[in-house]
Amino acid sequence: MALTREEITKRAAKELRDGYIVNLGIGMPTLVANYIPKGMQVWLQSENGLLGIGPFPTDDKVDADLINAGKQTITAVPGAAYFSSSESFEMIRGGHVQLAILGAMQLSQEGDIANWMIPGKMIKGMGGAMDLVAGVKKVVVAMEHTNKKGEAKILRECTLPLTGKRCIDMVITDLCVLEMDESRQRFRLTELAPGVTVDEVLAKTEAEILTDAPAELIAV
Amino acid sequence: MVNKRFDSPRAVMDKLVADGVIRDGMTIMAGGFGLCGIPEQLIIALRDTGVKNITAISNNAGVDDWGLGLLLQTKQIRKMISSYVGENEEFARQFLEHELEVEFNPQGTLAERIRAGGAGIPAFFTATGVGTQIAEGKETRVIDGREYVLETWLRADLSLVNADVADETGNLRYRKTARNFNPMMAQAGAVTIAEVNKVVPIGEIEPDAVHTVGAYIDGIVLTHSEKRIEQRTVSAS
Repeated sequence: MALTREEITKRAAKELRDGYIVNLGIGMPTLVANYIPKGMQVWLQSENGLLGIGPFPTDDKVDADLINAGKQTITAVPGAAYFSSSESFEMIRGGHVQLAILGAMQLSQEGDIANWMIPGKMIKGMGGAMDLVAGVKKVVVAMEHTNKKGEAKILRECTLPLTGKRCIDMVITDLCVLEMDESRQRFRLTELAPGVTVDEVLAKTEAEILTDAPAELIAV
Repeated sequence: MVNKRFDSPRAVMDKLVADGVIRDGMTIMAGGFGLCGIPEQLIIALRDTGVKNITAISNNAGVDDWGLGLLLQTKQIRKMISSYVGENEEFARQFLEHELEVEFNPQGTLAERIRAGGAGIPAFFTATGVGTQIAEGKETRVIDGREYVLETWLRADLSLVNADVADETGNLRYRKTARNFNPMMAQAGAVTIAEVNKVVPIGEIEPDAVHTVGAYIDGIVLTHSEKRIEQRTVSAS
Protein backbone atom coordinates (compact mmCIF):
# COMPACT_ATOMS: atom_id res chain seq x y z
CA MET A 1 0.00 0.00 0.00
CA ALA A 2 1.31 3.41 -0.94
CA LEU A 3 2.44 5.67 1.89
CA THR A 4 0.27 8.54 3.09
CA ARG A 5 1.68 12.07 3.08
CA GLU A 6 2.23 11.72 6.81
CA GLU A 7 4.20 8.51 6.30
CA ILE A 8 6.36 10.10 3.57
CA THR A 9 7.08 12.88 6.04
CA LYS A 10 7.98 10.40 8.79
CA ARG A 11 10.34 8.55 6.47
CA ALA A 12 11.99 11.83 5.49
CA ALA A 13 12.49 12.62 9.20
CA LYS A 14 14.71 9.52 9.43
CA GLU A 15 17.34 11.44 7.44
CA LEU A 16 17.78 13.88 10.35
CA ARG A 17 20.88 13.51 12.54
CA ASP A 18 21.77 15.04 15.89
CA GLY A 19 23.25 18.53 15.44
CA TYR A 20 22.21 18.88 11.78
CA ILE A 21 21.36 22.26 10.27
CA VAL A 22 18.33 21.62 8.09
CA ASN A 23 16.26 23.64 5.64
CA LEU A 24 12.70 22.44 5.04
CA GLY A 25 10.77 23.49 1.93
CA ILE A 26 7.21 24.79 1.91
CA GLY A 27 4.37 22.21 2.00
CA MET A 28 4.91 18.55 2.94
CA PRO A 29 8.61 19.04 3.84
CA THR A 30 7.66 21.61 6.52
CA LEU A 31 5.81 18.85 8.37
CA VAL A 32 9.09 16.95 8.91
CA ALA A 33 9.63 19.31 11.87
CA ASN A 34 6.82 17.44 13.68
CA TYR A 35 8.82 14.18 13.65
CA ILE A 36 12.21 15.22 15.01
CA PRO A 37 13.07 12.36 17.39
CA LYS A 38 13.03 13.18 21.10
CA GLY A 39 16.48 14.04 22.44
CA MET A 40 17.82 14.94 18.99
CA GLN A 41 18.86 18.55 18.44
CA VAL A 42 18.14 19.73 14.91
CA TRP A 43 18.55 23.40 13.92
CA LEU A 44 15.96 24.49 11.38
CA GLN A 45 17.18 27.21 9.04
CA SER A 46 14.90 29.83 7.54
CA GLU A 47 16.46 31.54 4.51
CA ASN A 48 15.14 34.98 5.49
CA GLY A 49 17.69 34.98 8.31
CA LEU A 50 17.07 32.64 11.24
CA LEU A 51 18.77 29.51 12.50
CA GLY A 52 16.61 27.84 15.14
CA ILE A 53 12.95 27.98 14.07
CA GLY A 54 10.55 27.22 16.91
CA PRO A 55 6.83 26.38 16.90
CA PHE A 56 4.12 28.79 15.81
CA PRO A 57 3.50 31.43 18.50
CA THR A 58 0.49 31.62 20.75
CA ASP A 59 -1.80 34.52 19.90
CA ASP A 60 -0.23 36.85 22.49
CA LYS A 61 3.34 36.12 21.27
CA VAL A 62 2.82 36.96 17.57
CA ASP A 63 5.63 39.27 16.40
CA ALA A 64 5.57 40.93 12.96
CA ASP A 65 9.40 40.99 13.01
CA LEU A 66 9.66 37.20 13.33
CA ILE A 67 8.55 35.18 10.30
CA ASN A 68 9.71 32.14 8.33
CA ALA A 69 10.46 31.89 4.60
CA GLY A 70 6.76 31.16 3.97
CA LYS A 71 6.03 34.53 5.68
CA GLN A 72 4.25 32.82 8.55
CA THR A 73 4.66 34.14 12.08
CA ILE A 74 6.92 31.83 14.09
CA THR A 75 9.08 31.70 17.24
CA ALA A 76 12.79 31.12 17.77
CA VAL A 77 14.20 28.38 20.02
CA PRO A 78 16.80 29.05 22.76
CA GLY A 79 20.21 29.23 21.05
CA ALA A 80 18.73 30.63 17.84
CA ALA A 81 20.52 33.31 15.80
CA TYR A 82 19.34 36.02 13.40
CA PHE A 83 21.38 37.17 10.41
CA SER A 84 21.05 38.95 7.08
CA SER A 85 19.85 37.41 3.81
CA SER A 86 23.39 37.44 2.41
CA GLU A 87 24.74 35.57 5.43
CA SER A 88 21.84 33.15 5.22
CA PHE A 89 22.89 32.17 1.71
CA GLU A 90 26.57 32.15 2.64
CA MET A 91 25.49 29.44 5.09
CA ILE A 92 23.62 27.61 2.31
CA ARG A 93 26.11 28.00 -0.58
CA GLY A 94 29.10 27.58 1.71
CA GLY A 95 28.05 24.03 2.58
CA HIS A 96 27.15 24.71 6.22
CA VAL A 97 23.63 23.31 5.88
CA GLN A 98 23.73 19.51 6.04
CA LEU A 99 20.27 18.65 4.76
CA ALA A 100 17.47 20.18 2.69
CA ILE A 101 14.11 18.48 2.18
CA LEU A 102 12.14 19.88 -0.75
CA GLY A 103 9.17 19.18 -2.97
CA ALA A 104 9.47 18.79 -6.75
CA MET A 105 7.34 18.93 -9.89
CA GLN A 106 9.80 16.81 -11.94
CA LEU A 107 13.10 15.00 -11.47
CA SER A 108 15.43 13.54 -14.10
CA GLN A 109 17.27 10.24 -13.91
CA GLU A 110 20.56 12.10 -13.39
CA GLY A 111 19.20 14.02 -10.40
CA ASP A 112 18.08 17.27 -12.05
CA ILE A 113 15.12 19.00 -10.39
CA ALA A 114 12.37 21.27 -11.73
CA ASN A 115 10.15 22.92 -9.13
CA TRP A 116 9.91 26.65 -9.78
CA MET A 117 7.96 27.44 -12.92
CA ILE A 118 5.51 26.15 -15.49
CA PRO A 119 5.77 27.96 -18.85
CA GLY A 120 2.57 29.81 -19.71
CA LYS A 121 1.46 30.06 -16.10
CA MET A 122 2.05 32.95 -13.73
CA ILE A 123 5.69 32.88 -12.62
CA LYS A 124 6.17 33.71 -8.96
CA GLY A 125 9.94 33.26 -8.88
CA MET A 126 12.37 30.70 -7.55
CA GLY A 127 12.98 32.27 -4.13
CA GLY A 128 15.83 30.37 -2.48
CA ALA A 129 15.27 27.02 -4.22
CA MET A 130 18.13 27.30 -6.72
CA ASP A 131 20.60 28.26 -3.98
CA LEU A 132 19.45 25.40 -1.74
CA VAL A 133 19.81 22.66 -4.36
CA ALA A 134 23.21 24.02 -5.42
CA GLY A 135 24.62 24.54 -1.95
CA VAL A 136 23.22 22.09 0.60
CA LYS A 137 25.25 18.92 1.16
CA LYS A 138 22.38 16.44 1.00
CA VAL A 139 19.24 17.31 -0.93
CA VAL A 140 16.22 15.06 -0.38
CA VAL A 141 13.01 15.33 -2.37
CA ALA A 142 9.78 14.27 -0.65
CA MET A 143 6.87 14.05 -3.08
CA GLU A 144 4.09 11.94 -4.61
CA HIS A 145 5.57 9.49 -7.11
CA THR A 146 3.25 10.61 -9.93
CA ASN A 147 1.33 13.81 -10.65
CA LYS A 148 -2.41 14.32 -10.20
CA LYS A 149 -3.05 12.81 -13.65
CA GLY A 150 -1.06 9.71 -12.70
CA GLU A 151 1.84 10.64 -15.00
CA ALA A 152 5.45 9.95 -14.08
CA LYS A 153 7.34 12.80 -12.38
CA ILE A 154 10.69 11.00 -12.40
CA LEU A 155 11.66 11.30 -16.07
CA ARG A 156 14.59 10.69 -18.40
CA GLU A 157 14.83 14.47 -18.83
CA CYS A 158 12.80 17.19 -17.12
CA THR A 159 10.48 18.99 -19.54
CA LEU A 160 9.97 21.96 -17.19
CA PRO A 161 12.68 24.63 -16.67
CA LEU A 162 15.29 23.35 -14.21
CA THR A 163 15.92 24.55 -10.68
CA GLY A 164 19.24 22.70 -10.58
CA LYS A 165 21.28 20.05 -12.40
CA ARG A 166 22.52 16.80 -10.86
CA CYS A 167 21.82 17.93 -7.33
CA ILE A 168 19.31 15.47 -5.85
CA ASP A 169 20.71 12.79 -3.54
CA MET A 170 17.56 10.99 -2.42
CA VAL A 171 13.88 10.76 -3.35
CA ILE A 172 11.15 9.66 -0.93
CA THR A 173 7.74 9.04 -2.50
CA ASP A 174 4.55 7.26 -1.56
CA LEU A 175 5.90 4.17 -3.38
CA CYS A 176 9.60 3.96 -2.67
CA VAL A 177 12.96 5.45 -1.72
CA LEU A 178 15.56 6.14 -4.42
CA GLU A 179 19.20 7.01 -3.70
CA MET A 180 21.61 8.52 -6.21
CA ASP A 181 24.57 6.37 -7.26
CA GLU A 182 27.07 9.12 -8.14
CA SER A 183 29.36 6.79 -10.09
CA ARG A 184 26.57 5.65 -12.42
CA GLN A 185 24.52 8.87 -12.32
CA ARG A 186 21.29 7.00 -11.78
CA PHE A 187 18.96 6.54 -8.83
CA ARG A 188 18.95 3.13 -7.17
CA LEU A 189 15.74 1.70 -5.71
CA THR A 190 16.58 1.00 -2.07
CA GLU A 191 13.24 0.80 -0.23
CA LEU A 192 9.67 -0.09 -1.15
CA ALA A 193 6.41 0.85 0.55
CA PRO A 194 4.48 -2.12 2.01
CA GLY A 195 2.82 -4.12 -0.75
CA VAL A 196 4.42 -2.10 -3.56
CA THR A 197 6.40 -4.11 -6.11
CA VAL A 198 9.47 -3.24 -8.17
CA ASP A 199 7.33 -3.62 -11.29
CA GLU A 200 4.81 -1.08 -10.02
CA VAL A 201 7.60 1.45 -9.35
CA LEU A 202 9.08 0.86 -12.80
CA ALA A 203 5.64 1.25 -14.43
CA LYS A 204 5.21 4.65 -12.78
CA THR A 205 8.76 5.86 -13.44
CA GLU A 206 9.92 7.02 -16.86
CA ALA A 207 13.54 7.39 -15.77
CA GLU A 208 16.00 4.56 -15.98
CA ILE A 209 16.62 3.49 -12.38
CA LEU A 210 18.89 0.86 -10.86
CA THR A 211 17.17 -2.18 -9.32
CA ASP A 212 20.32 -4.23 -8.81
CA ALA A 213 20.08 -4.40 -5.00
CA PRO A 214 17.31 -5.93 -2.89
CA ALA A 215 14.93 -3.18 -1.75
CA GLU A 216 14.04 -3.09 1.93
CA LEU A 217 10.59 -2.37 3.30
CA ILE A 218 10.18 1.34 4.16
CA ALA A 219 10.02 1.67 7.93
CA VAL A 220 7.77 4.48 9.18
CA MET B 1 28.21 67.32 13.04
CA VAL B 2 26.23 66.48 9.94
CA ASN B 3 22.58 66.24 10.88
CA LYS B 4 21.18 63.03 9.41
CA ARG B 5 17.87 63.29 11.20
CA PHE B 6 14.73 64.13 9.20
CA ASP B 7 11.41 65.09 10.74
CA SER B 8 9.27 62.99 8.43
CA PRO B 9 9.43 60.71 5.37
CA ARG B 10 7.98 63.67 3.42
CA ALA B 11 10.91 65.87 4.52
CA VAL B 12 13.32 63.16 3.32
CA MET B 13 11.74 63.12 -0.12
CA ASP B 14 11.62 66.94 -0.39
CA LYS B 15 15.39 67.01 0.19
CA LEU B 16 16.05 64.15 -2.26
CA VAL B 17 13.94 65.84 -4.94
CA ALA B 18 15.79 69.12 -4.38
CA ASP B 19 19.14 67.31 -4.61
CA GLY B 20 18.14 65.58 -7.87
CA VAL B 21 18.35 62.08 -6.34
CA ILE B 22 14.67 61.44 -7.07
CA ARG B 23 14.27 61.45 -10.83
CA ASP B 24 12.34 59.48 -13.44
CA GLY B 25 14.11 56.28 -14.45
CA MET B 26 15.96 55.97 -11.14
CA THR B 27 16.96 52.66 -9.54
CA ILE B 28 15.92 52.03 -5.96
CA MET B 29 16.47 49.24 -3.45
CA ALA B 30 13.85 48.55 -0.80
CA GLY B 31 14.68 46.26 2.13
CA GLY B 32 12.38 43.64 3.58
CA PHE B 33 11.24 40.05 3.17
CA GLY B 34 7.53 39.87 2.42
CA LEU B 35 6.14 42.68 4.56
CA CYS B 36 8.72 42.08 7.31
CA GLY B 37 11.29 44.84 7.72
CA ILE B 38 10.11 46.99 4.79
CA PRO B 39 10.63 50.78 4.79
CA GLU B 40 6.87 51.18 4.64
CA GLN B 41 6.51 54.89 5.37
CA LEU B 42 9.38 55.86 3.03
CA ILE B 43 7.71 53.88 0.22
CA ILE B 44 4.50 55.88 0.75
CA ALA B 45 6.49 59.13 0.68
CA LEU B 46 8.34 58.03 -2.47
CA ARG B 47 5.01 57.30 -4.15
CA ASP B 48 3.81 60.78 -3.28
CA THR B 49 6.75 62.38 -5.14
CA GLY B 50 5.18 61.08 -8.37
CA VAL B 51 8.53 59.74 -9.67
CA LYS B 52 8.08 57.40 -12.65
CA ASN B 53 9.83 54.54 -14.49
CA ILE B 54 11.49 53.18 -11.37
CA THR B 55 13.65 50.07 -11.46
CA ALA B 56 13.00 48.50 -8.06
CA ILE B 57 15.36 45.95 -6.53
CA SER B 58 13.59 44.12 -3.73
CA ASN B 59 13.20 40.47 -2.78
CA ASN B 60 9.41 40.73 -3.10
CA ALA B 61 6.89 43.21 -4.47
CA GLY B 62 4.75 43.76 -1.40
CA VAL B 63 1.02 43.01 -1.51
CA ASP B 64 -1.66 44.84 -3.49
CA ASP B 65 -2.16 47.64 -0.98
CA TRP B 66 1.11 47.73 0.97
CA GLY B 67 4.84 47.98 0.46
CA LEU B 68 6.00 48.22 -3.15
CA GLY B 69 2.50 47.13 -4.16
CA LEU B 70 1.56 50.80 -3.62
CA LEU B 71 4.00 51.87 -6.36
CA LEU B 72 2.66 49.15 -8.67
CA GLN B 73 -0.91 50.41 -8.19
CA THR B 74 0.18 53.80 -9.46
CA LYS B 75 2.35 52.25 -12.22
CA GLN B 76 5.45 54.08 -11.03
CA ILE B 77 7.59 50.93 -11.35
CA ARG B 78 8.86 49.94 -14.81
CA LYS B 79 11.02 47.00 -13.79
CA MET B 80 11.37 44.73 -10.75
CA ILE B 81 14.47 42.75 -9.82
CA SER B 82 13.24 40.16 -7.29
CA SER B 83 13.37 36.51 -6.27
CA TYR B 84 9.72 35.82 -5.45
CA VAL B 85 6.68 37.94 -6.13
CA GLY B 86 4.01 35.71 -4.60
CA GLU B 87 0.72 37.13 -3.63
CA ASN B 88 0.11 40.33 -5.54
CA GLU B 89 -2.73 40.41 -8.07
CA GLU B 90 -1.88 43.78 -9.56
CA PHE B 91 1.69 42.61 -10.05
CA ALA B 92 0.45 39.47 -11.84
CA ARG B 93 -1.83 41.50 -14.08
CA GLN B 94 0.88 44.00 -15.11
CA PHE B 95 3.39 41.17 -15.61
CA LEU B 96 1.08 39.07 -17.80
CA GLU B 97 0.14 42.13 -19.89
CA HIS B 98 3.82 43.03 -20.31
CA GLU B 99 3.36 46.41 -18.63
CA LEU B 100 6.00 45.47 -16.10
CA GLU B 101 9.43 44.00 -16.75
CA VAL B 102 10.58 41.43 -14.19
CA GLU B 103 14.03 39.96 -13.68
CA PHE B 104 13.97 36.93 -11.40
CA ASN B 105 17.10 36.16 -9.41
CA PRO B 106 17.72 33.23 -7.08
CA GLN B 107 17.36 34.71 -3.61
CA GLY B 108 20.95 34.05 -2.56
CA THR B 109 22.28 35.43 -5.83
CA LEU B 110 20.13 38.54 -5.38
CA ALA B 111 21.45 39.02 -1.84
CA GLU B 112 25.04 38.50 -2.93
CA ARG B 113 24.74 40.82 -5.97
CA ILE B 114 23.53 43.55 -3.62
CA ARG B 115 26.27 42.76 -1.08
CA ALA B 116 28.83 42.90 -3.91
CA GLY B 117 27.45 46.29 -4.98
CA GLY B 118 28.04 47.76 -1.55
CA ALA B 119 31.40 46.03 -1.19
CA GLY B 120 32.91 47.26 -4.47
CA ILE B 121 33.06 43.78 -6.02
CA PRO B 122 31.80 44.06 -9.62
CA ALA B 123 31.15 40.34 -10.15
CA PHE B 124 31.49 36.90 -8.56
CA PHE B 125 31.13 33.24 -9.50
CA THR B 126 28.40 31.09 -7.94
CA ALA B 127 27.17 27.51 -8.41
CA THR B 128 23.57 28.66 -8.01
CA GLY B 129 21.65 28.41 -11.29
CA VAL B 130 24.29 26.53 -13.28
CA GLY B 131 22.55 24.48 -15.98
CA THR B 132 19.31 26.47 -15.65
CA GLN B 133 17.89 29.37 -17.67
CA ILE B 134 19.37 31.74 -15.06
CA ALA B 135 22.83 30.97 -16.46
CA GLU B 136 21.87 31.41 -20.13
CA GLY B 137 24.08 33.97 -21.84
CA LYS B 138 26.32 34.35 -18.80
CA GLU B 139 30.00 33.51 -18.54
CA THR B 140 30.77 30.23 -16.77
CA ARG B 141 34.02 28.84 -15.48
CA VAL B 142 35.19 25.58 -13.95
CA ILE B 143 37.01 26.22 -10.67
CA ASP B 144 38.42 23.29 -8.68
CA GLY B 145 36.41 20.88 -10.81
CA ARG B 146 32.98 22.51 -10.45
CA GLU B 147 31.14 24.79 -12.86
CA TYR B 148 30.18 28.30 -11.73
CA VAL B 149 28.29 31.18 -13.35
CA LEU B 150 29.37 34.82 -13.29
CA GLU B 151 26.92 37.21 -11.64
CA THR B 152 27.39 40.98 -11.53
CA TRP B 153 26.86 43.49 -8.74
CA LEU B 154 23.73 45.57 -8.14
CA ARG B 155 23.80 49.18 -6.99
CA ALA B 156 21.09 51.79 -6.57
CA ASP B 157 20.63 55.54 -6.78
CA LEU B 158 18.65 55.30 -3.56
CA SER B 159 18.31 52.58 -0.94
CA LEU B 160 15.39 52.66 1.48
CA VAL B 161 15.91 50.45 4.51
CA ASN B 162 14.15 49.65 7.76
CA ALA B 163 15.85 49.21 11.12
CA ASP B 164 14.72 49.01 14.71
CA VAL B 165 17.08 51.51 16.35
CA ALA B 166 19.36 54.24 15.01
CA ASP B 167 21.66 56.60 16.81
CA GLU B 168 22.13 60.14 15.53
CA THR B 169 25.19 59.20 13.42
CA GLY B 170 23.13 56.56 11.63
CA ASN B 171 24.50 53.43 13.33
CA LEU B 172 21.71 50.87 13.03
CA ARG B 173 20.39 47.85 14.85
CA TYR B 174 17.83 45.48 13.36
CA ARG B 175 15.30 43.31 15.14
CA LYS B 176 14.82 39.54 14.56
CA THR B 177 14.07 38.53 10.96
CA ALA B 178 13.31 42.15 10.00
CA ARG B 179 17.05 42.39 9.24
CA ASN B 180 16.94 40.32 5.97
CA PHE B 181 18.04 42.43 2.95
CA ASN B 182 18.39 45.73 4.83
CA PRO B 183 22.12 45.59 5.76
CA MET B 184 23.35 44.90 2.20
CA MET B 185 21.01 47.44 0.67
CA ALA B 186 22.16 50.05 3.18
CA GLN B 187 25.66 49.66 1.70
CA ALA B 188 24.67 49.43 -1.97
CA GLY B 189 22.81 52.72 -2.30
CA ALA B 190 24.52 55.89 -3.54
CA VAL B 191 22.16 57.50 -1.04
CA THR B 192 20.66 55.45 1.80
CA ILE B 193 17.81 56.47 4.08
CA ALA B 194 16.78 54.41 7.11
CA GLU B 195 13.28 54.33 8.56
CA VAL B 196 13.51 53.36 12.22
CA ASN B 197 11.30 52.68 15.23
CA LYS B 198 13.55 54.45 17.71
CA VAL B 199 16.33 57.07 17.65
CA VAL B 200 18.81 57.20 20.53
CA PRO B 201 21.62 59.67 21.35
CA ILE B 202 25.16 59.02 20.20
CA GLY B 203 26.91 56.55 22.48
CA GLU B 204 23.80 54.67 23.46
CA ILE B 205 24.41 51.84 20.99
CA GLU B 206 27.47 49.89 22.12
CA PRO B 207 30.12 49.87 19.35
CA ASP B 208 30.13 46.06 19.57
CA ALA B 209 26.37 45.97 19.02
CA VAL B 210 26.19 48.02 15.80
CA HIS B 211 24.75 45.98 12.89
CA THR B 212 25.10 48.60 10.13
CA VAL B 213 27.75 51.28 10.52
CA GLY B 214 26.49 54.85 10.23
CA ALA B 215 29.03 55.52 7.47
CA TYR B 216 26.59 53.99 4.98
CA ILE B 217 23.58 56.00 6.15
CA ASP B 218 22.73 59.45 4.77
CA GLY B 219 19.47 60.02 6.57
CA ILE B 220 17.34 58.60 9.37
CA VAL B 221 13.68 59.16 10.04
CA LEU B 222 11.63 58.06 13.02
CA THR B 223 8.31 56.55 11.96
CA HIS B 224 5.38 54.79 13.54
CA SER B 225 5.31 51.69 11.40
CA GLU B 226 2.21 49.56 11.05
CA LYS B 227 4.26 46.34 10.67
CA ARG B 228 1.57 44.44 8.82
CA ILE B 229 1.58 40.63 8.97
CA GLU B 230 1.10 38.56 5.81
CA GLN B 231 0.44 35.12 7.32
CA ARG B 232 -0.65 35.29 10.92
CA THR B 233 -0.08 31.71 12.07
CA VAL B 234 -0.64 30.73 15.70
CA SER B 235 -0.67 27.60 17.83
CA ALA B 236 -3.33 26.89 20.43
CA SER B 237 -1.01 26.37 23.39
